[in-house]
Amino acid sequence: MNPHPDLTVGVIHGLGWLYLLLFFMNLGWAVHSFKKDGHHESLFGVKHVPKAVWWAAYAFMLLMLSTAHLFVDSDADEFLIMLPVWFKNIADAVIANPISFFLISLVIYAAIIILRDWWVKPTVAWVLFNLSVLFIGISMTDFDFRQIVGKPDNVPILGMLYLVGYTTWLYFYKSKENDKRIAEGRPLLEKEQSDQVLVWPDLVYTEMICMILLTALLIVWGVALQAPLEEPASAVKTPNPSKAPWYFLGLQEMLVYFDPWMAGVVLPSVILGGLMAIPYIDFNTKGNGYYTFNERKFAVSTFLFGFLPLWVGMIVLGTFIRGPNWNMFGLYEYWDVHKLEVLNNKNLSDFLWLDALALPLPKPDPTSSALAQLGAILQREGLGLILVVLYLFAIPPLLAITIFKKFFIKMGFVRFMVLANLFLFMASLPLKMVLRWTFNLKYIVSIPEWVFNI
Amino acid sequence: MSVTDYIRKSQIWRSIFRHPAPYDRRNRAVVVLTNFFLHLHPVSAKKGGIALSYTWCMGGITFFLFLVEALTGVLLMFYYRPTLEWAFTDIRALRDVNTLGIMREIHRWGAHAMVITVWLHMYRVFLTGSYKPPREFNWVVGVLLLVLTLLLSFTGYLLPWDQLAIWAITVGSNMAKATPVLGAEGPGFQLLNVGGYDLITTASDARFLLLGARTVGEETLNRFYILHCVAIPIVVSGLIAIHFWRVRKDGGISQPL
Repeated sequence: MNPHPDLTVGVIHGLGWLYLLLFFMNLGWAVHSFKKDGHHESLFGVKHVPKAVWWAAYAFMLLMLSTAHLFVDSDADEFLIMLPVWFKNIADAVIANPISFFLISLVIYAAIIILRDWWVKPTVAWVLFNLSVLFIGISMTDFDFRQIVGKPDNVPILGMLYLVGYTTWLYFYKSKENDKRIAEGRPLLEKEQSDQVLVWPDLVYTEMICMILLTALLIVWGVALQAPLEEPASAVKTPNPSKAPWYFLGLQEMLVYFDPWMAGVVLPSVILGGLMAIPYIDFNTKGNGYYTFNERKFAVSTFLFGFLPLWVGMIVLGTFIRGPNWNMFGLYEYWDVHKLEVLNNKNLSDFLWLDALALPLPKPDPTSSALAQLGAILQREGLGLILVVLYLFAIPPLLAITIFKKFFIKMGFVRFMVLANLFLFMASLPLKMVLRWTFNLKYIVSIPEWVFNI
Repeated sequence: MSVTDYIRKSQIWRSIFRHPAPYDRRNRAVVVLTNFFLHLHPVSAKKGGIALSYTWCMGGITFFLFLVEALTGVLLMFYYRPTLEWAFTDIRALRDVNTLGIMREIHRWGAHAMVITVWLHMYRVFLTGSYKPPREFNWVVGVLLLVLTLLLSFTGYLLPWDQLAIWAITVGSNMAKATPVLGAEGPGFQLLNVGGYDLITTASDARFLLLGARTVGEETLNRFYILHCVAIPIVVSGLIAIHFWRVRKDGGISQPL
């Protein structure tokens, strides 16, 4: 018997239930479409066919798919509906590469904003949702995928992805309507409901129903999935990979590109400080208390960049893709402890002294005076230090007199400097990623004598 | 007279709920004003402000999850001893032996859910621009609550004392070691010294403060247990009170002006 079977009867049945659920959802969608979407004038010679017929056909297909799964009794090895190997190989190659991973997440981020008027259409969003469920369903036929995604502690992350997707959709959906209304000078969506209602019953009942549903959900969740409990703690048996709790995996991912003092202390503090600073640096008085994108393009795009690719995206990366030795693994790839990845990273000082000048690195002589040691370090790392100082102190004024001139005038000196520096700190992560991928750059400033690396 | 009427008219019932049932407009206002739990709400609100599609109910759900965590957490405390000898065994007993062991599942899944709902609440507040004046300060309180929620989850992660727990905490707390000036492996740790002797060592740095030891051990378990069950919940409760108070004082749920 194969100890790592791609398919077992249990998995096939589980997928059958998933597809059955999807069938019922699409049945509902077909009814919805029947009421809303109108008719084809003529389809294959038949006149006046409701457009919902496509959804009905799709739902019927799902029902077939579901029955095909649910009535499997044995012989899981001969079951045909599973992911083809060539697809797995391509997907693994794309996902397990940091460059393509971040490119994909950037493309998704850009598409969310640029194509917002298209993808918020309910039908488009519904198709995307269906595709994602089918993708996860069919991926479940892979043993390694199940190992990672099916881990009880990872299930909430999957739930979070759907919730983030849905809420993002809801935001752009409402913003589209409001932006249209603003352009036409009509009152906002929210304004239409500006009459006062009593909190009892209008709010307390909503709260009550929320509480009951949530309690039910937690109990069902608790019964269905056992909370993880591994072997008793052992200080000598280090698991590989050792991961922080999932909500900190974005921070752990930064360790690849930054030293612990930056990734673990400075950047998290900047993130929190930056979040707290938002209300004080956002001088835009519009968009207060309603959904809009057009009136707050800069603020929303920046926030979404921080939240979607950099926070949620890096949690996905850290949870599902980072494996033993913190190497990247495809979704369908076995977490092989012996997978080798060549790391040949160099510091900026290496590039300058060894490659460009063809000289040995200046070394501080431990027997010489403190001042002489400092001199040697400055000589070695001077270029990097100058670059960092320029990045933090020269770019803000440059921005202030060029592309962000309007911002600077409206915000004043202090607010603008805070904004510019937060922006630069946020940009430092993608910047360092790109430098790593293109030049194998490790540190811009590397002073191991002071444990100070940037 | 029906049984309900009999109960409603009894002295006991009327001593608890001093007003008639909220069947008419007046009493619906009165019930919110006089009930301790309901008085967190205003008597009336704008319809658009309390619409589920506007608020996503994420703040409310987060608060509810906090209460669920408190309740299940107290129940779990009856069955759990934070010592090297018992911590893991007690948790395993919750899974294998104890009838109410599902409390642990609910506690853990509720904790994950709470982290997510805090994020989504902030997401909504950002996207509706609700942090803008006059609600700037409440956003700051909210960010503090986010930090504390993450810390609650982080400290709780250690308590089962299994491999997952200690190594996740080891990885997480290793960061403290790199704190500038105050961490034993952070830049500038040599700055604090007296006569050439470093004040910041592995036995006195930021990580030691967090763990109570050089590595994650029994002292850490004790420290995290107290942080998780007593210290952080008290601070969170205070901040939640301020957060809710300020929602009301800053003009209620945000709406277009």
